[in-house]
Amino acid sequence: MTEFLFFIEVVVAGLLAGTMYSLVALGFVLIYKASSTFNFAQGAMVFFAVLAFVGFMELGLPFFVAFIVTILLMGLVGYCTERMVLKPLMNQSEDTLLMATIGLGFVLEGLAQAAWGVEVRRLDLGIGDFPIQWIIDTFGLFVSALDLTAGLVAAFLIIGLSLLFKYTKMGLGLRAVADDPGAASSIGIPLNNIMLLVWTAAGVVALVAGMMWGARAGVQFALVDLALKALPVLIIGGFSSIPGAIIGGLIIGASEKVLEVYIGPYFGGAIEGWAPYVLAIFFLLYRPEGLFGEKIIRRV
Amino acid sequence: MIFKIFKNFTIALTAILTFLSTFFILNISIAEEKQYFPIASSRVGPYSAMGTGYYGAQIDYMNYVNMNGGVNGVMLTWQECETEYNAVKTVECYQRLLEKDGQRIVVFDTLGTPGAYAVINRMAEDNVVLAQYGYGRTDGADGRVWPWVFNAASHYWSQIAVKMKFMAEQEGGIDKMKGKKIVHLHIDSAYGREPLPAMRSIAKDWGVTLVEISIPPPGLEQQSQWLQIRKEKPDWVTFWGAGSGMNSTAMTNAARVAFPRDRMMYVTFGAAEEDMYPAGDAAKGTYAVANALPGDNFPLVAAIKEQVYGSGKGNLADESRVGSVYWNRGLGAAVMWIEALKNAQEMHGKVGKAVTGAEFRDGYEALNMTEDRLNEIGIKGMVAPFSISCANHEGAGKFAVMQWNGEKFEQVTGWEAPLDPAYIRNLVEVSAAKFAKENNITPKTCP
Repeated sequence: MTEFLFFIEVVVAGLLAGTMYSLVALGFVLIYKASSTFNFAQGAMVFFAVLAFVGFMELGLPFFVAFIVTILLMGLVGYCTERMVLKPLMNQSEDTLLMATIGLGFVLEGLAQAAWGVEVRRLDLGIGDFPIQWIIDTFGLFVSALDLTAGLVAAFLIIGLSLLFKYTKMGLGLRAVADDPGAASSIGIPLNNIMLLVWTAAGVVALVAGMMWGARAGVQFALVDLALKALPVLIIGGFSSIPGAIIGGLIIGASEKVLEVYIGPYFGGAIEGWAPYVLAIFFLLYRPEGLFGEKIIRRV
Repeated sequence: MIFKIFKNFTIALTAILTFLSTFFILNISIAEEKQYFPIASSRVGPYSAMGTGYYGAQIDYMNYVNMNGGVNGVMLTWQECETEYNAVKTVECYQRLLEKDGQRIVVFDTLGTPGAYAVINRMAEDNVVLAQYGYGRTDGADGRVWPWVFNAASHYWSQIAVKMKFMAEQEGGIDKMKGKKIVHLHIDSAYGREPLPAMRSIAKDWGVTLVEISIPPPGLEQQSQWLQIRKEKPDWVTFWGAGSGMNSTAMTNAARVAFPRDRMMYVTFGAAEEDMYPAGDAAKGTYAVANALPGDNFPLVAAIKEQVYGSGKGNLADESRVGSVYWNRGLGAAVMWIEALKNAQEMHGKVGKAVTGAEFRDGYEALNMTEDRLNEIGIKGMVAPFSISCANHEGAGKFAVMQWNGEKFEQVTGWEAPLDPAYIRNLVEVSAAKFAKENNITPKTCP
């Protein structure tokens, strides 16, 4: 294998890993767009959703029925969150909401483990995670069907959510709520319904992300930590931008792989755990709103 | 008249109550002879599969012992504290569990090298045995420097030596290892780096190229590490991961770069059913080693299933996990506690009484798990026979190689010792002596 081909392989692997990070980051963006809150519970939602999905399948439900039931369950989680967490804290500071989402994360982690147990589950989506021979023969690269599926799912979600926010009434209402909840409410936009829809959508995105990650690494508690991978993605892409989530994911994925492979050995390895945060700090210094985030202008 | 009857009745009642209460108090004082054990469990979080199985077995065995009259009449009590496999929380749990009802713990089992390193220096001061069942600080095996630390059964340096011996056998002999390349893929922690001193030394002697690659936890994403492995084209990979996420991901990533699984050797704490299942077909063929073999056909395991689980007192929600790798390992650890307690009672003339930490330490050091004794207990074949001595706190130093067949582990070898146990022991003694010198410790003189 030539050095150049190896470099290309590292970059491609990074880009594919980046799409997996983007799937997690999307859930954060949805909540942030609606309430300007960084939802610390998103990692727990990923774990909760996919564990419930696998649990329903273990109870004998067919794949698609289990998928629908889990979406309904995530809707219920969204409803309970709106009623029991967001509504009582309405008009509180963003910091208060942030703390509330940390608490929500602990509740979801505990509920999931209490309901379904702590055993690691296997999730077989019927998509192989083995290198595709045709790609090896043609390009000399090792890419699996699961990598490609994750990329396609991420693209589909981003296009779908972008259209939803841009061309539907719900999307318009959501943008209005995000800009000024008080004004939106005064002109008749149902704030509660918008919040419920957004949290449900974030739940569905969490389920899809959990399924992709669960198929590769098993359905288990460590999925909660995926939130840590999404944070630098959001800082770079912008907290409120759906396309930003995918671009940020691709940048983080590719750069962390290149840094780990070429720079890592000089630092004793395992730098991809912190290297994305270093990159994110540079972005915070020079472009705090991220690549696609809205510039915040405040009157002094 | 009525007053007299009432007076007599009161006197009689008082006498009866006094007699009964005396009997009751005596009875309590007999029943109060208890020995308290700490359970520093990790039931939630990324390491839950390991913690629930291991500590579940310890509780199951203590229940079993109590159901059969305790240890010479001494009933076992315990208290749990959740560490989440976190070194800081392990220290907190150690402090919290240290004493209960005026009785101090006699042993502590962190089930984690980072946690063991965090509490190890308190052991002598607190008179508590640190029982590292095949994990932890390796040079703790030198009892002259670390009188309160035990590595039974078998530490990481023996483990890596057994693995390299197995590789040599597969390659056709040590002379065939010259020029071979081994990648040590490990979690970026003290635990992941623990086998390296022995591994580097053996690799140098054999002319093997050793490449060290680390994974940041939790390790759900390992593409860069596996791309490096693909580039290095090693002959073998030794994997030293922690948590089912990291362990199963390594196998799926190996499959993605088409690295053969029968050239991977997993660490004991990555070699459990819970680590293999999530990887599906990608796990098939992976080698691992065990210091306690899985299986529910061992008489003691069957007895616990019948008595403890049969009466609804089993600790695991899923009874099918009884007999799994982590559960049997926990059982092996608990058996050693109870054997040490028996030894301590006999050695110090306290049969039927609770023992102190110092007495328990003596009992632990006197462990002699012969084939016959293992047979009596009902775990013959589950662990290798071993004995502990004043200087050697490791025991057998033996491991059995297993291979995952897609559904369960199959035993590939018998109990194997390193090619040159004296060589490994020498490394332990040099390391312990260095620590003793740096910390002004005068090593104990052993007979």
